[in-house]
Amino acid sequence: MKQFIAFVKKEFYHIFRDRRTMLILLGMPVVQIIIFGFAITTELHHVKVGVLNPSNDVLARQIVDRLGANEYFTIHQSISSPQAMKEAFLRNQIDMAVVFSDQFSNDLYKDRAQVQLVVDATDPNMAAMQSNYATQIISTTAYELLPPGTAKSMVPTIKLLYNPQMKSVYNFVPGVMGLILMLICAMMTSISIVREKETGTMEVLLVSPVRSLFIILSKAVPYFVLSFVNLTTILLLSVFVLHVPIAGSLFALVVVSLIFIFVSLALGLLISSITHTQVAAMLVSGLVLMMPTMLLSGMIFPIESMPLVLRLIADILPARWYIQAVRKLMIEGLPIALVLKEVVILIAMAVLLVTLSLKKFKYRLE
Amino acid sequence: MRNSFLPRLILIFPCMNMLLMPWALILEIKNIQLNIVDNDHSVVSQRLVNKIESSTYFRLTGMSDSYSNALVELEKDRADIILEIPRNFEKDWVTGNNANVLIAANAVNGTKGGLGSSYLASIISDYAKELRAENPPAAGTKMLPNIRIDSQNLFNPYLNYKLYMVPALMVMLLTLLCGFLPALNVVSEKEVGTIEQINVTPVPKFLFILAKLLPYWIIGFIVLTLCFGLAWAFYGVAPVGSFGTIYLFASLFVLGISGCGLVISNYSATLQQAMFVMWFFLLILILMSGLFTPISSMPEWAQTITYFNPLRYLMQVMRMVYLKGSGLTELLPELGTLALFAVTLNVWAVLSYRKSH
Repeated sequence: MKQFIAFVKKEFYHIFRDRRTMLILLGMPVVQIIIFGFAITTELHHVKVGVLNPSNDVLARQIVDRLGANEYFTIHQSISSPQAMKEAFLRNQIDMAVVFSDQFSNDLYKDRAQVQLVVDATDPNMAAMQSNYATQIISTTAYELLPPGTAKSMVPTIKLLYNPQMKSVYNFVPGVMGLILMLICAMMTSISIVREKETGTMEVLLVSPVRSLFIILSKAVPYFVLSFVNLTTILLLSVFVLHVPIAGSLFALVVVSLIFIFVSLALGLLISSITHTQVAAMLVSGLVLMMPTMLLSGMIFPIESMPLVLRLIADILPARWYIQAVRKLMIEGLPIALVLKEVVILIAMAVLLVTLSLKKFKYRLE
Repeated sequence: MRNSFLPRLILIFPCMNMLLMPWALILEIKNIQLNIVDNDHSVVSQRLVNKIESSTYFRLTGMSDSYSNALVELEKDRADIILEIPRNFEKDWVTGNNANVLIAANAVNGTKGGLGSSYLASIISDYAKELRAENPPAAGTKMLPNIRIDSQNLFNPYLNYKLYMVPALMVMLLTLLCGFLPALNVVSEKEVGTIEQINVTPVPKFLFILAKLLPYWIIGFIVLTLCFGLAWAFYGVAPVGSFGTIYLFASLFVLGISGCGLVISNYSATLQQAMFVMWFFLLILILMSGLFTPISSMPEWAQTITYFNPLRYLMQVMRMVYLKGSGLTELLPELGTLALFAVTLNVWAVLSYRKSH
C-alpha cells in the first residue's frame, strides 16, 4: 500500500511539473464554459433588416417601427431599389429585407396589400426563425386592423418547459461536462502511460516490486482527482456564473459522473495498450474520441436528425449517454428512476472496457 | 514525406470528414415528437390533428387523455412537444370566441423547443385561416383589411443545411491540417535533436521558416482541391462564385494559420505541450468562427474577439462565394485582413525562432 501511495505521488509530481499542460487542463473547463455560456448561442439577435418601401405610407412605417422595436431586429438601412437590395445581400450588410408592395395602404381593402420578407437563407435555421418572427409581428399588426367582432382566431399559448428563456447554455453545459471529462480521463491517461513506454521508463517501473496492476492504477488516480476538480469547477461556474440551476439531486449527478469517469479512464487504458507512441495515442484519442464526442454526442447537433448509421455510431459513444443523463438530472430535474437506462448502459460499458483493457494490458515488454 | 503516416493522413482525413460530417452537422429540426391531448373530440379538433399529422416536421407519437399523462411521456423522452386542445374548443370557435390551445415544449434544447413550437403555432393559425375562408362573412359586408405576407429565401431556397455546412467544413479541415502539422514540426525536430544541426548551418532564419511553410502551403492546396471534388461529387455543392477567389483567400489563410502553428512550435519544449496549446487555441478559434453558431448571435464583447480570428474571415468568404457568389470587389476588406494576419503571424514566427538557447 505504501508503495502504491508513493507511485501515486510520483504521478502527481509528473503533472504538477509541467506547468503549461496543467494550466490548460484546469483552464480549459473555465474557458469552455464561458465560451459556450456566453458566446455560443443559437438565439436570434441583432438581425439587420433593410426596408424597401416605395409608397412610404403611414401603415408601412408603422409595421417597420414595430419590427424595429422588437429585440431581435435592428432596422439597418432603407433601400431604394431591388438592385440595391441584392447588392446589400452580397456584401453581407443586411440579413433580411422587408419589401412592401407599391401602393401598400391603398391596396389594404382590395386584398392586394403585400409584404414580402426576403431572407438570406445561407443559414437555414436562422432564416426560418427570422421569417417566423417577422411574420408573427406583421400579422399581429394586421390582426389589430380588423374591426371588432369580426376577429376570431385560434390563439396558441406557448409554454416552454424547463428552459423558459430558451437559453442555449442549458443545452451546452451537459455537453461541456462530457467533453472535458472525456478529454482529461481518456486522453491524458493514455498519453501518460504511452510516454513511459516511449521514453523507456516503463521498463524501470515494471522491474520495481510494485504489482503492475498498481502501476496502472496509480496512473489513473491523479487524473481521477483532476477530473473531479474539473467537475466541481464546471458545476460551480454553471450555477453561479451562468445561473443554470441543478434542478435534480446533486448526489445522483455526482454518482452518474463518477461512473462516466470510470468509463473514460478505462478507455484511456485501452488506448494506451494498443498504441506505442505519444503522437499515435494523441491522434487516436483526438480523432477517434474527441471529434465524435463533440459532433455526434448530441452536444450541439441533435441526434434525432442524423441518418441511421451515424445514430448507431452515436449509440456506442459513452458521452452520448452521459450527456443525456446529465441533461435529465440537472436541467429537467427528473428523479434517478427515469435515467435508469442511461446508468445501466454506462455501467455495462465500464465493466466491458475495464475487463478488456486489463486483459489487453501487457505485463511484459516486447 | 518519408513518414508514411502523413501523406495518408492528408488524404484520408479530409475524405472521412467530408463524407461523414455533413450528415452529422445538421441543425435541421425534423421529426419532432408530438403528443396531443384532445379534450374536445370534435370535428374541428380532429381536423386540426389530421392537419398536423400530415406536416413533415412532426411525428405524432401518442395521444394522451390528460395533460399530466402527456407530461410523463415528455419526461420519458417519448414526446418533445405537447399540444393540448381544451374542452369546448369547437363550441368556442363556432360562437365566435377565441379558441385557445396550449403548446408545451421541452426547451432544454432551445432551438428545437422554440422552432418546434413556432412551426406548430403557424400550422394552427393556417388552420384558423382555412376555417375562416370556408365560412366567409355574410355577403354585403365590406371587404376586410388584409395584409398578405409571404417570405422568400434567397441563396438557399430549399433551406438545405448541407449547403451551409460543407464550405465551412473545408475551412475547419484546412485549419486542422495546416495548423497542427507545423505546430508539431519544429518541436519534433527539437525533441529528436536535429534542430541543432540546422542551427549550425548558415541558413538564415527567414529562409528556414519559409522552407518550413511551403510544404504546408502545398498541402493546403491539395486538401482544398480534394474537398472541392468531394463536395461536388457527393453533395452536388459547387460554388456560385469562382474557384479562383476561393484559392486566393485560402492561400493567404493557410500561410497565416501555418505561421500560427510555427509560433506555438517555437515556444514549446515538448510535443505534448505543443499539441495541447494548439488544441486549446484551435478549439476556441473554431467555436468562435461562426462555424456552428452565427457570429451575429454573440454578445458585443465576443463579437469583438472574433475580429482577431482568421477563421472567421475565411468561413465568411467561403459561404459568401459558395452560396451568394460574391466576387472580389465585395470581399476586399476580408482580403486585406487575411493578408495582414498572414504577414503578422509569419513575421512573429521568424522573430520567435531562436538559433541559440
